[in-house]
Amino acid sequence: MSSGNSFNDHPFSIKDCALIAVATGRRAYTLTELRNHIRDVSIDSIYHHFWGGLLGVGFEELEFNNDFANWCRKHLGEPALAEQLSVIDPVEHIDLEGLRTELLDIIDERLDSNEISHFLRSSRAFEFTRSLLVIFDTGKKMNRPENLPGVLPDLSTGSIFYHFIDARRRLENGQDDFRFWLESFGESYTDLRRRLAGIDPFFSSLSQVRDQLTKVCKEYLNREEM
Amino acid sequence: MNGLLEAYADVTGYQVISQLRQLAEHLKGMKVVHVNSTRVGGGVAEILEKLVPLSDELGLETSWEVISGEDDFYQCTKAMHNALQGFSGSIDQHLLDAYEQTNRDNAENLRSKLEEADFVFIHDPQPAPLFSLCPGRRGPWIWRCHIDASRPYHPVWRYLRKYVKDYDASVFSLPDFAQDLPHPQYIIPPSIDPLSDKNIELSQNEIDEVREKFGIDPHRPLLLQVSRFDRFKDPVGVIKAYRLSRKFNPDLQLVLAGGSATDDPEGEEVLNEVRTAAGDDPDIKILLLPPDAHRTINALQRAAHIIIQKSIKEGFGLTVTEGLWKGKPVIGGETGGIRLQVVNYHTGFLVNTPQGAALRIRYLLHRRDRLEEMGAKARKFVLENFLLTRHLREYLTLMVGLLHKTDYRIELD
Repeated sequence: MSSGNSFNDHPFSIKDCALIAVATGRRAYTLTELRNHIRDVSIDSIYHHFWGGLLGVGFEELEFNNDFANWCRKHLGEPALAEQLSVIDPVEHIDLEGLRTELLDIIDERLDSNEISHFLRSSRAFEFTRSLLVIFDTGKKMNRPENLPGVLPDLSTGSIFYHFIDARRRLENGQDDFRFWLESFGESYTDLRRRLAGIDPFFSSLSQVRDQLTKVCKEYLNREEM
Repeated sequence: MNGLLEAYADVTGYQVISQLRQLAEHLKGMKVVHVNSTRVGGGVAEILEKLVPLSDELGLETSWEVISGEDDFYQCTKAMHNALQGFSGSIDQHLLDAYEQTNRDNAENLRSKLEEADFVFIHDPQPAPLFSLCPGRRGPWIWRCHIDASRPYHPVWRYLRKYVKDYDASVFSLPDFAQDLPHPQYIIPPSIDPLSDKNIELSQNEIDEVREKFGIDPHRPLLLQVSRFDRFKDPVGVIKAYRLSRKFNPDLQLVLAGGSATDDPEGEEVLNEVRTAAGDDPDIKILLLPPDAHRTINALQRAAHIIIQKSIKEGFGLTVTEGLWKGKPVIGGETGGIRLQVVNYHTGFLVNTPQGAALRIRYLLHRRDRLEEMGAKARKFVLENFLLTRHLREYLTLMVGLLHKTDYRIELD
């Protein structure tokens, strides 16, 4: 099982992770260079530029939520393209190659329709990076979904990243570990799973995601403390 | 939980410390050696001062060695530092000879310790040749470059590259600084220590005393730049920005507080240029502080209304981080790591000229509500991103990665 949980008695093993960025050596100064590197770079790098900022160092209130859109806006002087790139929702792409294709389609369309886009050059390069992710077991377990409201507030942001973001790469159908685990209890928690699916991690910091998960679980499991 | 870790948990929250302990569990008992060229002064020494005991408390056997040399050695490494930051100029052969000889001399003393270590971190160019002088290396060696080497002067970089290319990995503060090297290059921004004298909370009394000591009027706005007297920090540009701002804020005071480091021979010359530029303006205070004046710097930063760091080249800019941590917006030169820390209208302003700096000073002094708001956001930003605990976590992650000989994804038991 890819989430690493045993389901004999339904325990949920809580894991944690830490990330550091690794330079790929790829740099783009123009839109064509950006396009070609997106085509050729490892998919981990594309993933990193959408999600890595959540766990790595960075300011959470940037104008756009992926690095490609931010660079086009701030450094290349392509505000329209930046807006188009910013609406890409990585959650929709269970297959990350689909995410790469969507990026390429949008950039190609811009290059085809706007001659001047071929000549713009940024003074600051787009630096392609990727992540080294180290995952470790915290030794903590949850046995029942009723444990969630008590456990969630104490999870590190690394645990939230691993179980709620990273899981989408590991599990079929782009699920997170919490929903996957709840599914193993049959129909009992269908509504909770639906509510958890409604949490959008793309516009929040990991600590905000943790707060939202806690709130949803507390409300659903009818706890008094909020 | 031990004493030091517990103290950090009070600032960062215990989850952060628990995560460090779990990562360190996989490195317990391993010997880690850090090597640099100064025990006091400068950002590297300040980081190591706490990183080393904290790692120790997590169960790693960590030590910190300092190489030493004569004047020619420091002349050479200063020139190398400037060249990596893009300053054109070759280095005389006799200085390079001193550089190589100093490393050979230091290798004699350090060889056995470095060869036995499970991990060796070599900080900056000064001790870089030690790698080739320790052929019996046991563990991986990491070259940690703290300098903005995004556009180095190539003849000097080529010379240095021959010493660093064979390391097992290198670490740069920003992706822009990474170089063409045949090994993994990790990106780890540096950090500040919230419990050090330079960053710990101070009583209002202590802040007032420092203000009084240097003749700073508590009822008038204060602009502060803390950094070595170095041309790349543009202290003369700060004086120009102050003068332009005074047209709109005649009460403004400026403090230029320069630390000194034992490995910086150029400081005196730049200090004289700054004194000339300041003239006899009684509202400009030029303070040459000793390297251990941490609490004084802390108090000055807390007394200031605006922190400025108008560098034209910068590695990371820890004085920016310190200013943000004190809840002050920072006006910073648009260069190096300052760009990562200063976000326009959120944590401060990025500027390129004295005129740009003057405009932002005027704005912040006019819009005190925004000054307060940006200051609060600045502190939170540092809490979440630039404290020592995050830095240590990334070093531990890097070491685990090197131990498992992979730099993509590692699942530990």
